[in-house]
Amino acid sequence: MSLLRYHLRKLFMIFKNEVLVLPSRIVVCIFFILLLIWPLIFEDPYAMRIVILASIFAIFAASWDLLSGFTGQINFGHALFFGVGAYGAAILNRQTGMPPWGSIPLGALIAVLAGLIVGIPCLRLRGTYLALTTLAFPIILASLIMTAPEYTGGEMGMSGLARLAMSRTANYYIVVVTMLVLVTVMWKITDSRMGIIFHAIREDELAVKAAGINTTMYKLIAFSLSGFFAGISGGLYAHFMRIAGPSTLEVSMSFQVVIWCVFGGMVTIWGPVGAVFILFPLLEFLRMWPEWRELMFALIVLIILLYMPGGLLPWVRNKIETECPRCKIRNVAFRSSCRVCAAEMK
Amino acid sequence: MAFDILITSLINGSTYAMLAIGFSLIFGVARIVNIAHTAFYMVAAYCIYFTTYRLGFNPISAMLAAIVFVAFLGWIVYLIFIRPIREHEQAVLIGTIALAIALQELMLIAFTGDYRTVPALIKGFAQIGHAKVFYQQILTFGSVFVVLGLMRLFLMKTKLGLAIRATAQDRETANLMGMDESRVAMMAVIISVGLAGVTGAIIVPLTTIEPFMWNHPLIMMMAVVVLGGMGSIKGSFYASFILGFAEALVVFLVPAGAFLKGAVALSIMIIVLLIRPAGLFGVQFEEER
Repeated sequence: MSLLRYHLRKLFMIFKNEVLVLPSRIVVCIFFILLLIWPLIFEDPYAMRIVILASIFAIFAASWDLLSGFTGQINFGHALFFGVGAYGAAILNRQTGMPPWGSIPLGALIAVLAGLIVGIPCLRLRGTYLALTTLAFPIILASLIMTAPEYTGGEMGMSGLARLAMSRTANYYIVVVTMLVLVTVMWKITDSRMGIIFHAIREDELAVKAAGINTTMYKLIAFSLSGFFAGISGGLYAHFMRIAGPSTLEVSMSFQVVIWCVFGGMVTIWGPVGAVFILFPLLEFLRMWPEWRELMFALIVLIILLYMPGGLLPWVRNKIETECPRCKIRNVAFRSSCRVCAAEMK
Repeated sequence: MAFDILITSLINGSTYAMLAIGFSLIFGVARIVNIAHTAFYMVAAYCIYFTTYRLGFNPISAMLAAIVFVAFLGWIVYLIFIRPIREHEQAVLIGTIALAIALQELMLIAFTGDYRTVPALIKGFAQIGHAKVFYQQILTFGSVFVVLGLMRLFLMKTKLGLAIRATAQDRETANLMGMDESRVAMMAVIISVGLAGVTGAIIVPLTTIEPFMWNHPLIMMMAVVVLGGMGSIKGSFYASFILGFAEALVVFLVPAGAFLKGAVALSIMIIVLLIRPAGLFGVQFEEER
């Protein structure tokens, strides 16, 4: 009993001393809790649908950040992984009757394979060459799908897939919990040793090579990890919408994910997730003026970039938190001395 | 049949060549990956439609007005949206994507999504064997060569052309030699967007105009630039005809070729890149550190 009390108190102390001291961490906590209790407060199925789709795209955006943000391998064809995940899950579900919990992970594994197929030739390319070449892959796949309508449904896509779950609330919890878990996993990956190597590859690949690290392997790992997460989001999308169509492979899909990531702040994982949860409901809200919707969306993105070229969320974070000049630990902006080393905050 | 393939590939190839040269100019000098490049081409096409049908301009002055308007638009947009964030490469990237979407939506609101056409400058066609060659096609093809020749003269013989080439090669050294880098970049933007406008003006009688017409040329243009080697105008020139020819061949000879035309051209690009990572005529620069 006393052991339990000890652990509870320790947990409470960690929460008080590590989480409550920084507004950004409080916001993340509120975000998690709010997402988990959302269906208990609002029963509106339309709002729930928006949150579900935003969660699916949040996984997708974060997976782009994992590859392109961290390792700097700018991928303009990220829709490939999403589409392969969606089509993989759809074909498995339709042809073999596999339930969603089997077809989504297997679809994601096919997306990993796609990641390797794209990654191996692209290892020789750098920078803009890589970005423009990767753009080609989803287009090639989309036209192959169009030419084989008997297996893939052609232009109409494959419809009538199995539902994730019977009720909207169950759907909601499956998707949201998956999103929270996967995003946390991605964030932990970027925080690990591997994440540091990814950072280093972006900053200076030659130096990493010189340090005796096999950068080729790490770049392939980044491609497959990113393909896996994007594939899962594609599979979730296919089973939630109950259709996998060629629209999942469109160029606009690849561009959309770039917009989310840069808007939210690259190389953060939380930035793209936050950006999706801001931009996706915004786009739905703009449905009130259907003709002007996309135009206003584009203008909002342009204007925000003009003032915050490093992304919206890092800008906000730097406003409410400052870094201690001595020990480099983050503090609330209004503190006059550092919370750890008590140095004067300027 | 063979003649049809030839004509189509020459027309497509010359469109891609014009677009790709503008794109690599802006990339080489200002380091901007301008996704909105073909959106300006679409705006030019709409401009011609608007001035000929709504304002009643004659075709030649409509084209000139469109080119001037598009270059002006590119300049204004560059000053307002792109120049303040030029230091942030990623921000510029999505800035141009957002710009392309904004232009597309503006055209969609102004002109709706209907397919529109513009009359040819010269009507009629010549019969060669079984194939018809429209005079407009010959005119288009000829003017592409004139424009490309002028472009080459400009880059090789004028002072500004020299500055542009120097800045593309080494930005910092060019700056040290007293070339105002930001001014050169601005001129490159104006010329490049102007070229997109010229492309739109020359091609427009041969295509249908719609707000999404920039999507396919964008992809082909990027493939051309990569295949030919970035920053190599000669490379872009050859690559655009290779890809244009491949596209035409697929469309005419393969069943369901209209779906596959992009895929085949892009596969060629990927295969070439596997053998030559810097493209056909590209120079493998030392890694910038």
